[in-house]
Amino acid sequence: MTDKTHIPAVEGLFTMEPSEPRLIGTRCRGCGTYFFPAEQTFCRNPACDQTDFEEVALSRTGKVWSYTSASYKPPAPFVAKEPFEPFAIAAVELEKEGITILGQVADGVGVDALATGMPMELVLRELYQDDEHVYLTWNWKPVATGATDE
Amino acid sequence: MSKDVAVLGVGMHPWGKWGQSFIGYGVKAAKDALKDAGLGWKDIQLVAGGDTIRNGYPGFVAGATFAQALGWSGAKVSSSYGACATGAQAISVARANILAGLCDVALVIGADAAPKGFFAPTGGRRPEDPDWLRFHVQGITNPTYFGLYARRRMDVHGATQEDFAAVKVKNSKHGLHNPNARYRKAVALEDVMSSVLVADPLRLLDICATSDGAAALVVSSMDFARRHGTDPVKISAVSTVTPVYPNDIIEMPNLATDSKAGVGLPEIGFKESIAHRAYEEAGLGPEDMSLAEVYDLSTALELDWYEQIGLCAAGDAEKLLRDGETSLGGRIPVNPSGGLACFGEAVPAQAIAQVCELTWQLRGQAEGRQVEGAKAGVTVNQGLFGHGSSVICTV
Repeated sequence: MTDKTHIPAVEGLFTMEPSEPRLIGTRCRGCGTYFFPAEQTFCRNPACDQTDFEEVALSRTGKVWSYTSASYKPPAPFVAKEPFEPFAIAAVELEKEGITILGQVADGVGVDALATGMPMELVLRELYQDDEHVYLTWNWKPVATGATDE
Repeated sequence: MSKDVAVLGVGMHPWGKWGQSFIGYGVKAAKDALKDAGLGWKDIQLVAGGDTIRNGYPGFVAGATFAQALGWSGAKVSSSYGACATGAQAISVARANILAGLCDVALVIGADAAPKGFFAPTGGRRPEDPDWLRFHVQGITNPTYFGLYARRRMDVHGATQEDFAAVKVKNSKHGLHNPNARYRKAVALEDVMSSVLVADPLRLLDICATSDGAAALVVSSMDFARRHGTDPVKISAVSTVTPVYPNDIIEMPNLATDSKAGVGLPEIGFKESIAHRAYEEAGLGPEDMSLAEVYDLSTALELDWYEQIGLCAAGDAEKLLRDGETSLGGRIPVNPSGGLACFGEAVPAQAIAQVCELTWQLRGQAEGRQVEGAKAGVTVNQGLFGHGSSVICTV
């Protein structure tokens, strides 16, 4: 067993709750539009002059817009496992936020098990590790039958 | 006032993997364009370079780099970058200077020496840079986006992997006799279908390679061209549009789309808006085009472009392809040059190369791949981070 500390690969992108992690975005207090990664300075809606944002935890579940695979090892700054194992990638639409977000598909689930419109949920998985830390990132995972949105 | 500028000369350095500096490729293309125009380097009043980000500082100041290599002449200089749309940025600078009366004749140059394999971000840890972030936290490469669009096309429009492969077969046939193409070999459907998967549903032969290459244009005012005694091909429109907020299609290099929760979607999407703006500027429509050069980073993307530049309705691209309408001899040949399928991508040269091809076609000089009686053509291309690129040429 490892006693390494689990930390996010990049700070500020997601919460570290192990069972119900959330992506961290912001919502403009003027026009209500959402941003991921979080926008903190100026609203990007050209009709909105707002500079005030609230941090929000985005919906944990969404539906597949499209999906693909990485059959070849991506180059640095990706840190690939050796030997490299191909993985699937899904673009998942969050209904409430009106945002589509990319992420690897968790646990070796391949493209054959995916379909457009399929419900997915957010999970955290190891991206890589060094002597002291395990670095985590978000993945999408098909929602287990019977699970429901918030 | 006419917004036309004249294309007096075109030149290219063949695409390939040559193992040399991008500067030499650019100078070769420039000298060919000058010769084609019947002008000397000292006649050039403005040199507009397309930057390359993988060749150190000289690449970031490409205009000056080429000017120095050609021999300092005191010409005005410009260097611009717009990812895959870099060439359109450089053309736009030259055209704007000419139309504003600030110069009569300009040289546009783009050249690259590209690494093998996947493009990767420049070095250093930069979590604020979406291009760095997508590679680091998710391992998302450019082909990831091509794969997502291709799968979406299959699910929404019923495209098949055979349809995608048929685009490669067509383009490989088109490029067979193009002396500047890197790949001049007929490819069969089975070759594509049996190549390895890279980004499902796309295979190795569905995705363009990265190449070395260079392209250059000599452009001038119509008055200068008339004084020069030529009846040139004209650039009638240059579109360099950005998206309209919110863009709800996932785009390179982003991990997420804009949100459509607070604001309604624009009337037409970003990719549709790129050629649309060029048609508006030229006062022409897709029905007036004799040919199109579109950015086939993947075979499936070529099919998307058919619809996005108005060659057919959404969902009809596969039929247009299957009916042979986009092949040489068809109603609207697409990528008669062979496209990226035969060239591979030399980023800052590519949008300029598209205009070289239109020029050869409209002059009737596209030997072995000529679109008979070509009168007008459109290019389309898109650079990551929101760069539209479309040029319309006419005779």
